[in-house]
Amino acid sequence: MVDFFQSRDINFLKEKARQVRVAILKMLTEAGSGHTGGSLSSADIVTALYFYKMRHKPNEPQWEQRDRFILSKGHAAPLLYAVLALSGYFDVELLKTLRKLHSPLQGHPSSKLLKGVEVSTGSLGQGLSIANGIALGLRLSKIKARVYCLLGDGEIQEGQVWEAAMTASHYSIDNLCAIVDLNDLQIDGRCSDVMKIDPVAKKWEAFGWHVFQINGHDLEEIVETLDSAEKIKVKPSVIIAKTVKGKGVSIFEDKVEYHGITPTLKELEIALKELGENG
Amino acid sequence: MGSITQDVEANGERKDFFNISIATRDVYGETLAELGALNKDIVVLDADLSSSTKTKKFSRLFPDRFFNIGISEQDMICTASGLSLTGKIPFASTFAIFATGRAWEQVRQTVCYSNLNVKIVATHGGLTVGEDGASHQSLEDLALMRVLPNMTVIVPADGFETKQVIEEIVNYVGPVYVRLGRAKVPPVMPESYRFKIGKAYIFNVGLDVNIIASGIMVSMALNAAQELRTQGVDVGVVNMSTIKPLDTEALLMVAQKSKFIITAEEHSVIGGLGGAVSEFLSEVYPIKIKKVGVNDSFGLSGKPDELLEFFGLTNKRIVDMILKELS
Repeated sequence: MVDFFQSRDINFLKEKARQVRVAILKMLTEAGSGHTGGSLSSADIVTALYFYKMRHKPNEPQWEQRDRFILSKGHAAPLLYAVLALSGYFDVELLKTLRKLHSPLQGHPSSKLLKGVEVSTGSLGQGLSIANGIALGLRLSKIKARVYCLLGDGEIQEGQVWEAAMTASHYSIDNLCAIVDLNDLQIDGRCSDVMKIDPVAKKWEAFGWHVFQINGHDLEEIVETLDSAEKIKVKPSVIIAKTVKGKGVSIFEDKVEYHGITPTLKELEIALKELGENG
Repeated sequence: MGSITQDVEANGERKDFFNISIATRDVYGETLAELGALNKDIVVLDADLSSSTKTKKFSRLFPDRFFNIGISEQDMICTASGLSLTGKIPFASTFAIFATGRAWEQVRQTVCYSNLNVKIVATHGGLTVGEDGASHQSLEDLALMRVLPNMTVIVPADGFETKQVIEEIVNYVGPVYVRLGRAKVPPVMPESYRFKIGKAYIFNVGLDVNIIASGIMVSMALNAAQELRTQGVDVGVVNMSTIKPLDTEALLMVAQKSKFIITAEEHSVIGGLGGAVSEFLSEVYPIKIKKVGVNDSFGLSGKPDELLEFFGLTNKRIVDMILKELS
């Protein structure tokens, strides 16, 4: 069976991540609303999943053996749409319809409307439980596929995340890998000011998880860690990825105000230039 | 009075629970265990209440397909959702107020919005929970579930109907909420009855009044009707076991024949069966609707029969209400 993409070429992945960022910025500018910062901070991780790690078939979204990706931080929808479009799930032209009436690209992902979206998300804290359920179902069906679940760092303030953390550990769900995008910002400010989440790694360890801590923008490290996580047996694994909100566009980087607003045309121009995109 | 706990002699030979007095949760536990052997896709989740919800039998027979999620209902609903995404048919059980109240947003955002094939079968609905009191007596669950798009809401009236409901929802694809009870209920449904989602059962049509009832109140309605007939009142009774989608055809038919309508449910008079009936009839056939249910209040500790008496969920209340309207 031929798996899709699966390129371990770091330069290829870097170029994909750049294209993903360009697509995110363009669609958000066109939409005029949406979440810029958190889409950019997770871009390298999700690029590595869709273009290297995950076995999936864009022309057969319901392929039973596919690895599953659950975007628990549903507000990073533009990122999900970008990787889906660039993988070939749908035409990249559709990205221009983000958040517009009757577009399948809803403000937060809707699985009813868009192929490739496994489940609707947007209300924080629910994705890890869903991922657990999928992982348990795959295990029961003896399907070897893995489940990846991306959470925001602010999101882990939701109590349900820790209910799910207990469940994954209790049921030794090792076909699951959670990823926490640790960009240290949430809507109201720094996580440490809004509601302290530290010590993040120790919390997951205490809940029985195997913890990896990485630089969430180093594609080499991301790829290696995703491979290592697959080898962890009997316990679930979590990758705590230190990231920079708005990564890739210096005017947006580590700025709390770019959590939920979109670039102006002028800012888009600056951003695209910085990303080496002409026009 | 006292019909709830009155035990009718059980027919030990039959497995369809016809004509026996039994708690609907007990029928659920037995039926689930039976179905588990026939359908390997069925998985069951519970939140530390499997002895009470009766999913324990399934857990013993099929330990690989049973997941106790612990005291975390929100996690349970979303884990069930994930299982459904791999083609499993998850049944998630806990007490009605925790399934629909504690985990309401999970049911909304994950189960209903994604239209997932999750069966939420909750026990301990209504006042007949008894001594545990208001915190555990769900009088709002039907309203909470009925308001959700894609959700089907079912309240079986007796053991015979419960068994058929559980069997039927396995074959239906989509979110379902089934409300079951803790206390024994007397048999009401005839042997020829076959449950279908969205189909009411009309015992008979009355020309003075028709009582639209659900759950334990169907038995009360039948008793009330019997008494009223001796006083010359032409009264009909309908078992509206599917609260959503409402059988509007049956409802309209009986409404057009009667002078007024009575709804009867073990739930708040706000938002449940009475609410559903009122919403529909007020638009297409405005007619007077009187509601028997709990009047915008919390429950209390006490014996089930005492609570039903105190809150006015009795044959007598239905009889009095109808006689007053007719006078």
